[in-house]
Amino acid sequence: MKGQPVQPLLRFGIEKADSPVVALAGNPNTGKTTIFNALTGLNQHTGNWPGKTVVQARGKYCYGGQEVVLVDLPGTYSLLANSVEEQIARDFIYFGRPAATIVVADATCLERNLNLLLQVVEITPFVILCINLIDEARRKLIKIDFARLQERLGIPVVPVSGRTGEGLELLKKTVLEMVTGQLRPSPKQIIYDGEVEGALHQILPEIKGIVGDDATSRWLALRLLEGDETVVQGIQHYLTTDPPPRLEEVLA
Amino acid sequence: MSVDLGRILQRAQDLSCGEDAVRDKVVARIYQEAESLASEVVMAEKPARDWDTLIDDVLTSKRFGYPSMLALLAFVLWLTISGANLPSQLLARLLFAGEEGLSRLFLSFGAPDWLHGLLVLGVYRCLAWVVSVMLPPMAIFFPLFTLLEDLGYLPRVAFNLDGFFQKAGAHGKQALTMSMGFGCNAAGVIACRIIESPRERLIAILTNNFVPCNGRFPTLIAMSNIFLGAMALNGSSFLAVLLVAGLVVGGIAITLVVSRLLSATLLKGIPSHFALELPPYRPPQVLQVILRSVFDRTLFVLWRAVKVAAPAGAVAWGLANIHVDGLSLLGHTAQVLEPLGAAMGLDGVILLAFILGLPANEIVIPIILMGYLSAGAMLELEGLPALRELLLANGWTWVTALNMMLFSLLHFPCGTTLLTIRKETQSWKWTLLAALIPTLIGTAVCILVAQGARLVGLA
Repeated sequence: MKGQPVQPLLRFGIEKADSPVVALAGNPNTGKTTIFNALTGLNQHTGNWPGKTVVQARGKYCYGGQEVVLVDLPGTYSLLANSVEEQIARDFIYFGRPAATIVVADATCLERNLNLLLQVVEITPFVILCINLIDEARRKLIKIDFARLQERLGIPVVPVSGRTGEGLELLKKTVLEMVTGQLRPSPKQIIYDGEVEGALHQILPEIKGIVGDDATSRWLALRLLEGDETVVQGIQHYLTTDPPPRLEEVLA
Repeated sequence: MSVDLGRILQRAQDLSCGEDAVRDKVVARIYQEAESLASEVVMAEKPARDWDTLIDDVLTSKRFGYPSMLALLAFVLWLTISGANLPSQLLARLLFAGEEGLSRLFLSFGAPDWLHGLLVLGVYRCLAWVVSVMLPPMAIFFPLFTLLEDLGYLPRVAFNLDGFFQKAGAHGKQALTMSMGFGCNAAGVIACRIIESPRERLIAILTNNFVPCNGRFPTLIAMSNIFLGAMALNGSSFLAVLLVAGLVVGGIAITLVVSRLLSATLLKGIPSHFALELPPYRPPQVLQVILRSVFDRTLFVLWRAVKVAAPAGAVAWGLANIHVDGLSLLGHTAQVLEPLGAAMGLDGVILLAFILGLPANEIVIPIILMGYLSAGAMLELEGLPALRELLLANGWTWVTALNMMLFSLLHFPCGTTLLTIRKETQSWKWTLLAALIPTLIGTAVCILVAQGARLVGLA
């Protein structure tokens, strides 16, 4: 794991990152915490996010001989930094550069949950969509074509039931494959209308000149076009010395 | 690098035409994408009878929202009050039988009087009262509350009350933190973290104490019985329920009034809006809920009360039995507090009990009893009827019982809650205010009731 951006993680209160760090994101009430508990068991540590009165829970688990540090992000509906929770979740995924991000979604209201997923996928390609509460969806006679969804999104989709433990094995296996680089997702990017894409086209080269030519420069460009000052603050706070390492380096 | 960023941000601003144009387009596009994806991969066989929506149509409707909420509150209180009576009496009988045994044991060892008094009449008796008065209502109320929580009803309460809180200049989520306060005010204060805006969070923290926590419910329930007894309306648990429910509603009304005043004076601002998700109703896992609430909440709170009650019992016994100038220390202190107590329709002993009860509200009634009992009138205390006799013998009237309930609802938060407020607000100033506001209101309300009753000639 050479090139692991130790410094940004430190600013999130995570001291050592010998093992790959995996973030757990999702809407509130999707059973995210149930899954966090099911994966980490008693190997948990709770505290606050540095400087915020928002609880940070992290834990560890071992699978296939690989230890993984799991960070439970605050439950949010979006990553547009409307609230402290959203800003924490967004900053962690962008600046913390987790080796993978699991987005937990509620199978009984998938559409609303996909909004968050699509926003996460814009920040990082290393995303696993974990569709929880499939037992409840079955009871409500809701059917989801997981294979088709996986194909459309270009990232792994894992159906689980946190309550019964169904699918958790596959989730752990998928995480392992992603953090060891065996699985390289290629998510489909959302294309915006001509005006936005035109502006993006003009500003991207300058941004790449600063943060490097990685997949996330497009996301940064979008935020700057939106006039999102919290991103600029984030860059000044989390990346004071070096530009963020390229994703290829993180996974090398 | 920051210079470069500033320049790029400036250039980005120039490129994007208008204030939120890009943000709106981006959000709209993402929602559109999510919708098209979902419609492609999700197949709901048929919009099966959607019970959630049906239930919500009733429980959150304009017409039935409040009545159903009040009915549910009354039902929970009724179960608690009527269910707690018998076990309370049994526990009291058992524990006071234990006291006799202990006394005999001390006697047989030839223990000195003061040791027997301190440990048996002080520590043990206070513990016995805390356990027999507190445990049954808690063991019923906590699981019921947890069941409602598990069922998904609490967000509906927030939804129903949102309008009121909005008008009071506060945050709609304050209804949720208020609900948590029923369990424990310290927990309610911590729950205020879910409110983003610091202004509204402070309002919620400062007013959380106006809902009676579990440490105060048993006091309210016991007092409602005394009150009705003094009014010669014995044994009607229905009236007792109405009385306690009325107090709870009164506490919520005061929460709203104080929130309004705070947001017009110290904490000015416009209420921020928020999205509240009504999660689907989920059948609660009953056995798990009961186990969890008994072990995590009931025993936890009881243990906390016991830890405080033991030394408090010893202190109270000491105060009642160390005599200076022919009067006990407790008597001296009560005498100092007597004028204020009398003006409030209470007495010096009661006020002293509230002050000594700062570490935990649960021990207020036991301390009052110790105060009265040490004055000579020794009684076998077996449950509420005996308690009523003792209090009436010490000059209690219905005004005393009513004001005792009111002051229990409206006085400084317990020590744990105050420390939590200090921790959450990082300020002693706000902590002090959190203690002053309810105490001043409570004192004023009690004086009004007492003087009003005297004026009209009812007491």
